[in-house]
Amino acid sequence: MMFRGWTGAIVAVVLLASCRSDTSAHSTKTLTLATTTSTRDSGLLDLLVPLFEEKTGITVKVIAVGTGQALELGRRGDADVLLTHAKAAEEQFIAEGHGQRRIEVMFNDFVLLGAKSDPAEVKGITDIASAMQAIAQRKSTFVSRGDRSGTHMKERELWQAAGVEPDGDWYLETGSGMAATLRVAGEKGAYVLSDRSTFLAHRKQLDLEIVCEGDPRLRNIYAVMAVHPSRHPQVDIEAARQWIDFLLSDETQRRIARFGLKEYGQPLFFVESASADQSGT
Amino acid sequence: MGGPAGKCYNISSHVLTPHSSPLRTAVFSAEFLSIVLLSLKVSATAVLLSSALGIPMGTWLGLARHPAASLVRWCTQVGMALPPVVVGLALYLLFSRSGPLGDWGWLFTPRAMIVAQTILALPFVVGITAGAIRSVPDQLPEQLRGLGASARQARRTVVFEARHGLGLAVAAAFGRSLSEVGAVLIVGGNIAGHTRVLTTAIVLETSQGRFEWALALGGVLLGLAGLANACIVLFQRGQHGGP
Repeated sequence: MMFRGWTGAIVAVVLLASCRSDTSAHSTKTLTLATTTSTRDSGLLDLLVPLFEEKTGITVKVIAVGTGQALELGRRGDADVLLTHAKAAEEQFIAEGHGQRRIEVMFNDFVLLGAKSDPAEVKGITDIASAMQAIAQRKSTFVSRGDRSGTHMKERELWQAAGVEPDGDWYLETGSGMAATLRVAGEKGAYVLSDRSTFLAHRKQLDLEIVCEGDPRLRNIYAVMAVHPSRHPQVDIEAARQWIDFLLSDETQRRIARFGLKEYGQPLFFVESASADQSGT
Repeated sequence: MGGPAGKCYNISSHVLTPHSSPLRTAVFSAEFLSIVLLSLKVSATAVLLSSALGIPMGTWLGLARHPAASLVRWCTQVGMALPPVVVGLALYLLFSRSGPLGDWGWLFTPRAMIVAQTILALPFVVGITAGAIRSVPDQLPEQLRGLGASARQARRTVVFEARHGLGLAVAAAFGRSLSEVGAVLIVGGNIAGHTRVLTTAIVLETSQGRFEWALALGGVLLGLAGLANACIVLFQRGQHGGP
C-alpha cells in the first residue's frame, strides 16, 4: 500500500510528540485528589491547592464530584487521596480496606433553603425533620442532588428521620453538583438542602434564603483519607501523606478558618483545633 | 499541558476588578488561554491520528470490490452513530487503575481524551474519504493503467482527484472533535489546568453561574467550529464543480 509509509510516520511522530509532552509532565509529581463539589464550588481549593503546590512542588489534579463518586474513584484506585463528607460511607470505605485512616479536617453545617414566599411555611420550624415533613405534606417542590453525594446522603437521612419517602412530581433529582442544583432550586423557587459554604458563595445570584438551620443533625464534617497503597499499589502514598499533613498543619487550619470571612462576613468552614483563630482577621 | 505557569485556579476572585470588564479579564487570563490551547491540542492530535488511519482505510474502502468491504462499510456506518458517552465509559473502564490498561496511567490525562476523540472521529474520516474516492469515475484507474501507469500511480491519481473530499473528511472530524463534550468529560475529568477543554469548561461555568466566562468560552468555541465549517463548505464547493 502506498500509504503505509506516511501513515506509519505520522502515527509515530504524533505518538512520540505526545510521549515527550507526557514525560515532561511526569517529571513533576502529581497527586490526584477526589473531592466533593462543595470544596471546589466554595472556592476553598482555589486557595489551598496553589499553596500546597508551591510548598511541595507536587501538582494536584482536583476531581470534584459527589462524595459517592469520590469514594468510588478511591475504590478503583483512580485517586490518591479523598476529601469527602459522609461519615457512614467513609467508615464503610475504611472497613472495606480501601482507605488508611479517616481524619476530620473541618466542618460547617447544612442549611435548608427555600424561596422567600416559603410556600410550605417552614420558617420558624427549628426541628429539621418537622421542616422536611411540612414540605412533603404540602408537596412543595424540593430539589435533590440525587447523585449519592455527601449532601444527598444527608438529605436521605433527614427524610428517613422525617418518616417520609419522597416521591412524586414535587420531588426533583438533578444528578448534578451543589452549585448547579442550587441554580435549579433558585429558578424553580423550590426547597433544597445545601452545605452552608456553597450557598454563601453563590447567594448573590440565587433567589433563595435559609428557612431552617441549627439542628444538630445538620452538622457537616469533612474528612480526608489516603487510599490504601497495599490495596492499590499505584497510589502515591507519599504525596497523599504530604497533602494530609498540609491540611492538618496549624497554618492551613488557620487559613481554612479565616476563609470567606472578608467576602461573606462569616467563615465558610470551621476547624476543631484550638490554635486556629476563628474570631477574625 | 505544561508546568504550573500555565495554571491559574482563582477564576472568581480576579474576575471582578474595578478597571476592566469581567469579560475582558476572563478572556485575557492564563487559564482561559490554557483551556483554548488544550482544546486545540486534543482536537488537532485526534484529527491527525484519525486522518492518518482513516484516509488510507477510506481509500481502500472506496476502491475495494471485495466482500469484506461491505462489512467494513457497515462498521463505519455504525461508528458514525457511536454515542460519545458510551465511548467515554468504555475507555474509562479500560484506563482506570483497576482496568486492563490501568498501568499506563492514562485516565484523567489529555491522552485518554485524544484516544476518545480519535475513535469518535475515525468513522467520519473513513466514511467521507470512501465516498469521495467512489465519486471519482470508475474508468479513471483503468484508463490510467491502459496508458501504462502502475497500480500505485493510478491509485495516487485517484486520491488526488478526491482531494476535496479528503479535506472535507478532515474538517468534519475536527468540528466533531472540538464540540464533543460527553466522552472528554468522562475520561478527562475536567481537571483545571490539565484536562479542562472548551466544552467541559462551559458546562462547569454555566453550573457555577459565571455566565461571562461561559459566554466567552462559548464564543471561542463557536468561532473555531465556524472556521471548521467554513472549511467544509469550501471543500464541498471544490468537490462539486470547482477546479
